[in-house]
Amino acid sequence: MKYGMELAVAALIVVFAAVFLFQDAAIQATLGDGEEAWGGADGEAAGLIEASGYEPWTGPLWAPPSGEVESLLFALQAAIGAVIIGYVFGYWRGSRRTA
Amino acid sequence: MPPTRLQSIGDIMHIMEGFLPSPWWEIWFFVSLPFIVIGLYQLNKLVQEKREALPLLAVAGAFVFVLSSLKLPSFNGSCSHPTGTGLGGVLFGPCIAAVLGLIVLIFQAVFLAHGGITTLGANVFSMGIAGPAVAYFIYKAGTRAGANTYATVFCAAALADLFTYVVTSVQLALAFPGTAGFLGAFSAFAAIFAVTQVPLAIIEGAVIMLVFKYIVQLKPEILTRLNLLSESTVTKLREAAA
Repeated sequence: MKYGMELAVAALIVVFAAVFLFQDAAIQATLGDGEEAWGGADGEAAGLIEASGYEPWTGPLWAPPSGEVESLLFALQAAIGAVIIGYVFGYWRGSRRTA
Repeated sequence: MPPTRLQSIGDIMHIMEGFLPSPWWEIWFFVSLPFIVIGLYQLNKLVQEKREALPLLAVAGAFVFVLSSLKLPSFNGSCSHPTGTGLGGVLFGPCIAAVLGLIVLIFQAVFLAHGGITTLGANVFSMGIAGPAVAYFIYKAGTRAGANTYATVFCAAALADLFTYVVTSVQLALAFPGTAGFLGAFSAFAAIFAVTQVPLAIIEGAVIMLVFKYIVQLKPEILTRLNLLSESTVTKLREAAA
């Protein structure tokens, strides 16, 4: 089948999203006021380390001042990568057509 | 939002700034340094001898940029992101992948307060060297054994992603054995990461497998030039997709 792999990957992503939605509903139901789910797993690891009494000896020189600025920079990072991938794949496809 | 919250948002792959005490952060710098040096040497050689592979190099690097910026929710209520370095590992080997990983890790450490400058050595080792090395060897072993190419790429990329955080757990457990000792600390860290990362590793493997298919369709001659696929395999794969 020509698009067999695309379909399989799409199905996998749908399953992934569906499990997320179910899981989210279950978690939201048990969450107390002010608690937030879906944080970073490294926060948990950091919590484990800080519980042992360790204090980080240095911090980041600069941190994004807000969640919005942080997501801007993340989106920018993804955009840079996506532009390069799209350019190269388009270039290859174009040169195959004309060859 | 208190500032500490921002620092803790993020991914499990990278050890945060200041979270590796001396001498561990220096040790990991020394461990990673030779790979970076060899990687730069190999890059230089690639640029001079196989110029036509440069767009592929750009794709491998760009792929790390895209995948490591996508923070995905996993099944247990926390988020993490894939690494994308498996592709670079399969295509160019762990040393060049280390250089690609280094670029992304510096970007994230400087602009996003993700990972850190002092923990750069440790993070380059886990994401840029250890993971891609696994991908590279699985791909080599798989093609030699004559396994299905796409299945091999899937396993290589997924296991590279998983192995990255196994190494991160080892790095943290070595630095923070606590009262439980190394093994106890390792299983505590690995338990946090494992549940989060397994589904993401599967997604990463699937996406990289798809990208590999497009490379085979659009520019298979680069893959044969890099000795990744024989011409007969390329013909077979392209016929199957036609």
